[in-house]
Order: sequence, then structure tokens, then C-alpha cells
Amino acid sequence: MATVALKGVKKRFGTVDVIHGIDMEIADGEFIVIVGPSGCGKSTLLRMVAGLETISEGEIQINGLRVNEKEPMDRDIAMVFQNYALYPHMSVRQNMAYGLKIARIPKPEIERKVAEAAKLLQLEPYLDRKPRELSGGQRQRVAMGRAIVRQPAVFLFDEPLSNLDAKLRVQMRLEIRELQSKLGITSLYVTHDQVEAMTMANRMIVMNGGVAEQIGTPLEVYERPRTLFAAQFIGSPSMNTVQGTAADGMVTLPGGAVLPCRSRHSGPVTVGIRPEHVHVDPNGPLALDVTLTEPLGATTLLHGKLKNGAELFTASLQGVHTTEQGTHSVQFSVPAEDIHLFDPATTLRLD
Amino acid sequence: MAAPERKTQGKLPAAGMVEKRGSALWMTHALMILGVLVVFFPIWLAFVASTVTQPEIVSPPMPLLPGGHFVENYTRALFAGVNIPVATMLLNSLVMALGIALGKIAISLLSAFAIVYFRFPGRTTFFWMIFITLMLPVEVRIVPTYEVVAGFGLLNSYAGLIFPLIASATATFLFRQFFLTIPDELAEAARVDGARPMRFFVDIVLPMSRTNIAALFVILFIYGWNQYLWPLLITTEPEMNTIVMGIKQMFPSGDDTADWPVIMATSILAMIPPVIVVVSMQKLFIRGLVDSEK
Repeated sequence: MATVALKGVKKRFGTVDVIHGIDMEIADGEFIVIVGPSGCGKSTLLRMVAGLETISEGEIQINGLRVNEKEPMDRDIAMVFQNYALYPHMSVRQNMAYGLKIARIPKPEIERKVAEAAKLLQLEPYLDRKPRELSGGQRQRVAMGRAIVRQPAVFLFDEPLSNLDAKLRVQMRLEIRELQSKLGITSLYVTHDQVEAMTMANRMIVMNGGVAEQIGTPLEVYERPRTLFAAQFIGSPSMNTVQGTAADGMVTLPGGAVLPCRSRHSGPVTVGIRPEHVHVDPNGPLALDVTLTEPLGATTLLHGKLKNGAELFTASLQGVHTTEQGTHSVQFSVPAEDIHLFDPATTLRLD
Repeated sequence: MAAPERKTQGKLPAAGMVEKRGSALWMTHALMILGVLVVFFPIWLAFVASTVTQPEIVSPPMPLLPGGHFVENYTRALFAGVNIPVATMLLNSLVMALGIALGKIAISLLSAFAIVYFRFPGRTTFFWMIFITLMLPVEVRIVPTYEVVAGFGLLNSYAGLIFPLIASATATFLFRQFFLTIPDELAEAARVDGARPMRFFVDIVLPMSRTNIAALFVILFIYGWNQYLWPLLITTEPEMNTIVMGIKQMFPSGDDTADWPVIMATSILAMIPPVIVVVSMQKLFIRGLVDSEK
């Protein structure tokens, strides 16, 4: 049970700044997902919380205590690594018990805790096996078990599901989420997968280039992205952007199409439209020249270009739309509340 | 034997490169047996010579089948010898070979661990310094080494036999390469689990290097056992002779006749411990050379 606070946390490798100052307060029991593309500094941030990387500037607090100078073991954290990092020569039981053994916890208590965690993770039949005799999902569970037995204040996950196949990933995602809410342990979870971020997070940090683009609940980020990057990173397929000009609650696109919007802003803007917010409407102001359709079953993706414009555009329509060969055109409209406007210079949201 | 035959069945005869059938099979075996005979013949002669009497050896033609003095000759060698009982020399060799092998492994494990897992000033310099000593065989530095050992008063002692040979660049280098293949996350996981560096070394690194240690032990034991020049220099008292150099000392100077049966028995005895080590550790040895177990 713990709170975590990041205060102006910065990381420098030599003269290169990789994390430019992150501030955040994490409440007890919260599940925070740090999401971003490769190289955005998300793993580095997690490793700084873990104590595996030094903190160049700023402060990290766990339960209100500065931990900058503390060794990982003194921070009361547990970490699940991307490649699990199980000790290959130890059995599952020994792997899970190792941390407790070092902490000089009495043997019967270790036994009890390992048994408890094994039961929770359905690892009981495998306790005497070596990691190499386990499947990917089982190894993943052992790594979780090793974290759980220590009953840490904070769980840290570093892309724990990225080595699993798609189906197992969905299953493990649910298991981790369930386990975390059952145990109520504050968690930080790093991923590059926006679906994991959306489904698991209480709140998420969208990171890009060492900067937290937005911190908020998944729906906040989805509905009111603070920056163009956050808007495009969250949501699949990603948000379409078109350059346009706003005036008096209307935006005019290059092709001359005029769309209503909620903003009072006037001047050049970047217009963001999520593919799933497109409504087919024979009288709609926009027309899409479809060059490619991707039927996904539940939805159909239409890829093409906007009429009178050069911008690539993707629309996602409910249901199956039989594909016609060759280019064809679809008229559509977008509700005013689904139009996102961003400042072309700063990429910040305009309201 | 059956597997390759089954494999080739049904294949076109043109794919004969790796085919082992009929005459080809016999040819390879004949060659192999011939090779073994060539290598084994001198050892056989030595064995024969160790089971007959002195006059039988010196009167040509030399016998090719073992005689009836096996027990007598070997007992004489082990407990009387020429200058010193062979049993003493065997013990000396054993102490030296074990000391060198175990010492080298311990030191190189620790130095490789330091080089790989700790960042300290001059880390690369130290590594290259160790590496460069690889280029210098014992013989090149034998005179200064002798000076130092004599200065410490270590002539005719186990310490003098072992210490100058105990540092090993090769083993350090091998362990370094192996440690580099251990994923960093393992060290980090151990850190998160609360293991201090030496604990990590003992609990994680050592067990993972088990097969490498075994392979090196075999190589280093034989290296230590076969040392000739160094023991020859620093052991002047027969009680400290090792067996490999001791055999040479058994040859008489001047016109005395050599006691060939005893010398040959000693040679055979000198071969036995390395053979035992190789055979008993063969499985681990090959595993250590072949797979990295991960």
C-alpha cells in the first residue's frame, strides 16, 4: 500500500536529456500505465522508480519518502521484466522464494507465501520445474509470482506481455488486472501497446521524446487528447489529421468542405477526426475516394484520400461493407463534438 | 549405426557425399583403427616394458607381449622408485595440478566477475593488461619469476610450485565471455530481490557457470599435471619432484644403466590421473564446450 510521487524527474545520459521532467502523484492502489513509442523514455522512467537507473534531477517519493539514493531492495518494490529474468538454474519454487530467502524470512513462512502465490497464479503443478520447462505464459506467471510473494508497496511492470502471442496477451492482460485489483497494490506498467494502456489503466501517462504528453484516465485521453501526439497514439486506427482554417465555430478544409466544431478559435488549425467518428451521410460535407477497404468483421476500414484534398484519410464503419472493385466515393459527416482542433505550431489542443 | 543408413534409403545415389555404406564405411573404420594403433603403439610398448625384466628389454628383439613382472615392477616403482618413491611424486603432482586448476578457476571467476559487473576506473585497461599476459608463455618470464620465488624462499614448496602459475588470462577471458552472455535483467532481478553483488555471484553466476567450470577444470588440471620446466627449476630436493619431471630425473647420469621397467611403470602411472579426470568429467566437459545452457 503506497503512494508514489514523481517531482520534476529528469534523466540525462552524458549530455543527452532522455527524460525532460515529469511530475505526477500516484494514489494508493492505482494502476498507472506508461505508454509511448520505442525510445520515448518510458522504460527508463520505470527503471528510475525501481532504482536501476540513477535520477539526474528531481525526486521520486514512495509513501512520501525520498528514495533517490536507495537501493532497489530498500524501496519496497517488485519488478516484472520483459524477458521475465527468471533464474535458469532454480526451480519455480526457488525462483519465487529467492527474494524472501535473502530477506531472511523464516522457512515455514516462505513456504506458506510461495504456496499462496502459486495457488493464486495456478502454478502449483509446476513448482518443481525449471523455467526452461515452462511455456511463455507460465514463465510470465512465475515472474509475477516472484513479485507477489514479497508483498511490495509498488509493482513495476516493464512490457511484461510483449513476448507472448496475441491470444495469451489478452488473457494475461485480464489476469494481471484482476490480480492487481484483488491485491490493491499500486502499480506502474510500461507498454507500447495502446490497447493494453486503454484497458488496464486507471490513469495513463502518454510519453513521447522524454516528455509526458498527457496524464489522465484512458477515456480522458481518448476524448480530450491534450496534444496531437496523444490524439494519434491512442486509438486504432489512429486519428486522421487535416490542415484547415477555423473561424466562428466552423473549420474550412482545403477542399472547401466546411465542418461545424465546438471551438471559438480562429486561424489555421490541425483538424483531428477519429476514423470511428465518421458517419455515412449522403448529404455530408466530406467525400472520401476509397482506394482500399479492409473488412475486419465487426468494422470495415476504408482507406483513401479526401476529395479535393491530398490528405490520406481512414474511416472505420460499423458492420461489413461489401467491397467494390476500384475507386469509389463515400459521402460522410462528422458531429461537431468529435472534431478535435490542435494548434499547428505547438500541437496543443485548442478549445 | 542404423540411423544414417535409414536416412540415406530412398535417396538418389548421387547424393553420395555423406553416404556411409559398403566399402566407404569399412574404409573409414580401417583408417580410424589404423590411426588408433599408431597413437596407441608407443603406450603399449611402454606398458609391455613395465611388465618385463631389465635383461628382457635390452636384448633385442624387444618383447611385444606383456611379461609376468607387473606386480613386482609397479610395487618397486610406487614404493621405492629410483631417487624417490613414485607415490610421493604422484602426490606432489596431484597437489600441484589441483592447486593450479582450482586456484586458476577461483581467481579467473572473480576477476571476470569484477570486469563484467563492476564499473571502476581503468576497467578496460585492466582487462587489456590481463589479456596481454596471454601473449607471454611461462618460459618467457621464467627467469624473473624464479628470482621472485627464490626471494620469497618458496623453492621446494607447494606454494612455489603453484602460485607462479595460478593467474590465468585464458580462463579469465573465457569466463568474461560467458558472463557477457548472461542477460543484464538477471543481475537487475537479483538486485530487486535484494541480492548484494557477492550474493548474486554465489547464487546465480556460479551455478550458471557450472559446465564451463567443469570444462576448464579438465583443461587446467592437465595443464598443471603436465608442467615440466617450472618444477624442474624450483624443486631441487627429490621429495618435491613432480612425476612428469621426475621421470626425466630417473635417467642415470654417466654410464649407469637405466632401470627401464621401473621408468616405464612410472610413465604409465603418470598417465592414469589425467585419464581418470577426463573420463569422469567427460559429460560435463563436453556440455561445457558445446552448449551454453540457457
